[in-house]
Amino acid sequence: MQKAIDIKENTDKFEELLRYIESQDKSQGILMQTLHKAQEIFGYLPIEVQKFISEKTKIPMAEIYGVATFYTQFSLEPKGQYTVGVCMGTACYVKSAQLVLDRLQQELKIKVGETTEDNVFSIQATRCLGCCGLAPVMMIGEDVYGKVDPKDIPNILKNYR
Amino acid sequence: MALYRSHVLVCGGTGCNSSKSDMIRQRFEEKIIEMGLDKEVQVISTGCFGLCEEGPIVVIYPEGAFYSRMKIDRVDRIVEEHLFKGRIVKEYLYEESLDKDKLKSLNEVDFYSKQKRVALRNCGVINPEDISEYIARDGYLALGKVLTEMTPVDVIQVMKDSGLRGRGGGGFHTGLKWGFAAPNQADQKYVICNADEGDPGAFMDRSVLEGDPHAVLEAMAIAGYAIGATKGFIYVRAEYPIAVKRLEIAIGQAKEMGLLGKNIFDSGFDFEIEIRLGAGAFVCGEETALIASIEGQRGMPRNKPPFPAIKGLFGKPTIINNVETLANVPQIIINGADWFRSFGSEKSPGTKVFALGGKINNTGLVEIPMGTTLREVIYDIGGGCPNGKAFKAVQTGGPSGGCITADYIDTKIDFDTLTDLGSMMGSGGMIVMDEDNCMVDIARFFLEFTVEESCGKCTPCREGTKRMLEILDLITQGKATLEDLDKLEKLAINIKNTALCGLGQTAPNPVLSTMRYFREEYEAHVLEKRCPAGVCKSLLSYYITEDCRGCTKCAKQCPVNCIEGSVKKLHIIDQDKCIKCGACMEACPFDSIIIK
Amino acid sequence: MKTLDELKKIREDAKKNLELRNTDKTIRVVVGMATCGISAGARPVLQTFVEEVSKRKLHNVQVVQTGCIGMCTYEPIVEITMPNEEKVTYVFMDTDKVKKVVSDHLVNGRVVVDYTIGALK
Repeated sequence: MQKAIDIKENTDKFEELLRYIESQDKSQGILMQTLHKAQEIFGYLPIEVQKFISEKTKIPMAEIYGVATFYTQFSLEPKGQYTVGVCMGTACYVKSAQLVLDRLQQELKIKVGETTEDNVFSIQATRCLGCCGLAPVMMIGEDVYGKVDPKDIPNILKNYR
Repeated sequence: MALYRSHVLVCGGTGCNSSKSDMIRQRFEEKIIEMGLDKEVQVISTGCFGLCEEGPIVVIYPEGAFYSRMKIDRVDRIVEEHLFKGRIVKEYLYEESLDKDKLKSLNEVDFYSKQKRVALRNCGVINPEDISEYIARDGYLALGKVLTEMTPVDVIQVMKDSGLRGRGGGGFHTGLKWGFAAPNQADQKYVICNADEGDPGAFMDRSVLEGDPHAVLEAMAIAGYAIGATKGFIYVRAEYPIAVKRLEIAIGQAKEMGLLGKNIFDSGFDFEIEIRLGAGAFVCGEETALIASIEGQRGMPRNKPPFPAIKGLFGKPTIINNVETLANVPQIIINGADWFRSFGSEKSPGTKVFALGGKINNTGLVEIPMGTTLREVIYDIGGGCPNGKAFKAVQTGGPSGGCITADYIDTKIDFDTLTDLGSMMGSGGMIVMDEDNCMVDIARFFLEFTVEESCGKCTPCREGTKRMLEILDLITQGKATLEDLDKLEKLAINIKNTALCGLGQTAPNPVLSTMRYFREEYEAHVLEKRCPAGVCKSLLSYYITEDCRGCTKCAKQCPVNCIEGSVKKLHIIDQDKCIKCGACMEACPFDSIIIK
Repeated sequence: MKTLDELKKIREDAKKNLELRNTDKTIRVVVGMATCGISAGARPVLQTFVEEVSKRKLHNVQVVQTGCIGMCTYEPIVEITMPNEEKVTYVFMDTDKVKKVVSDHLVNGRVVVDYTIGALK
């Protein structure tokens, strides 16, 4: 279920988005960067925001929804306060990243793509983060944890609660 | 310009940045000011040095002292001893860079000595956020030469003569590609730089963008002049924030100096570059899908022909080159096609950057002449497998490639030899695997990746890869039959022949190549219900050995209460009830629980 | 940017700074920078060497610092090593002496005998 967003409470955010849309050159395929901007402002892409973009850019809603659901980085659901990303690049995988992910899901009692009930953590299986020298790698928010041992996960998580 | 007696280069690539290299750089700056050395010593954040395993890396010139695995609490001592008193702190140096007591220069260290840096020539050498450092390394000279001394036809001829082939995977001749787009008449043409590096385990493009962004901009302008385009797009992964930031800075500086924009070098040639962010779709590395994404649509490939060189972005003639390919271009223009052909093999001239990872001692980026043997890369540069484990195979080409076994370790690496072995160059990911990696599991890993990333447009890829994954699941669970293996192979060949784009056509490669070289491992899973490498969970069992002292800790931890035994007596696991969670193994203080 | 020459001029300027990161040089100027050297004024000596070497485009000269050379009463001490020649040790150096050593010794190959340690005896 999507959580509805109150348009009245978020007028500032909608105005910021509108200013961005108006600053763009309409001839050059602006949907992708508009969605990036909207997600940056709202944290996710609720249906109201997509409708708003459709209205202002004259791009059909179906097309916007199609694009928003095609790319894994766009989210229609709000995320927890921290996104815990486990790198599932090949280098991390051959160094047992799956065990890290398993342990994380077990500790937080949620699956990949879900958010904990207290809205603190979301789990994501991410693409290669490019720090293969530190494999297996886990990210919490902006913090990177390298050479993660599944046993250390409960202790690492404690720092964020 | 202020002159400094010493430069402190701190790696600001993503790998080192993840281990807090930014804070190390800050501490250097603070301490240098504290000691009053800020007029004499300059601190510079560079791109990737390549030896990510030893990061964070700091190199201090003029000595060229290579400090590895830096920690923030080591900074003060280095400033006090090395920068202030001139005494290199030997115990913090990268071990390999010391020969007895003498400091070796970087190119004498094993990891670097066999490399030939063309695409990475400025990475870890210059400050990527300062255009003057790029210019000092002959930057924009190639663009100047092209615009003032060469015709577009000349430029394309040099590219053709050089034999440069696309480094993004396909290996198509760059000069030919430019040659197709040049004669097409249109009011607008485009140059796109494909920086949507999606292959899990490859990060050379990101390193070039982070370490030498101007090289890519310069090459795009050269390409624009050659084909008659005035507008360029860089399509870069949103997951690469540092690369995006450096590109933005670089574009700003180039514009300010008039190296991008209107009437460059007073030649009448205009060129603008814009950055576009991807949003996490592997298929967008395919050129027609990438074009769709820039246009603001779902990133789905379409049929070719028409090729982008005729009908590309917004329906206009477009060329798309990968980052590493472009990074070679200015060097080829300055030094000539013959120079470029002096490295590499006959059909694959030049060098290639590989991202070495997995079970290898020196994880990192290496740039080697084509035709170097796998053995040299894995043992001489990479330092072999850690913990004395046996080398089993190397996976190249990511989800589109395959495995090469120890039997072929003396193969000379180039585009064609890898294809002959059932793998491919791909973008240059090279993941080393040892005896503890299960090849069926690896094939499953890649297939799971393609299933998730399939855009769903064509049936062979959308349905076929999913069915393949189901069969692989059965195999790893010990539920498959020999018939399933045949079915898997047949399906794989069908998908290879019928899928719409490169993603689908190459998706079965990891399965086909592991079946070719590790058939016995597949059969062990099917016939003996056994995973020889001890990876596939469903085929493993936990056992308690005689070392058990009967402390009962494991029984208390077991979530399904399947461990029986009383205090000070040997405990036993009920194999029928065990869910193989491994909690008992972690709880055991005597290491008496084993997996078989 | 209008001409190639304009770019080349910027390059020559920018190169001065980057020259420091080239370690393949055969002439070495070593300045003693232990506590005694620094208090005797080795830092301006070192900085002047860096500036003079750059000004005269002596691309083959590496200017480095070292720890205590061991003759504290003679600091600031500078040692210059040319390929296939014996090391020359200069003592009681200052910035004016540096300029003369650079022009006579590094550029023209004539040792400034008056400043060397041999002249003390």
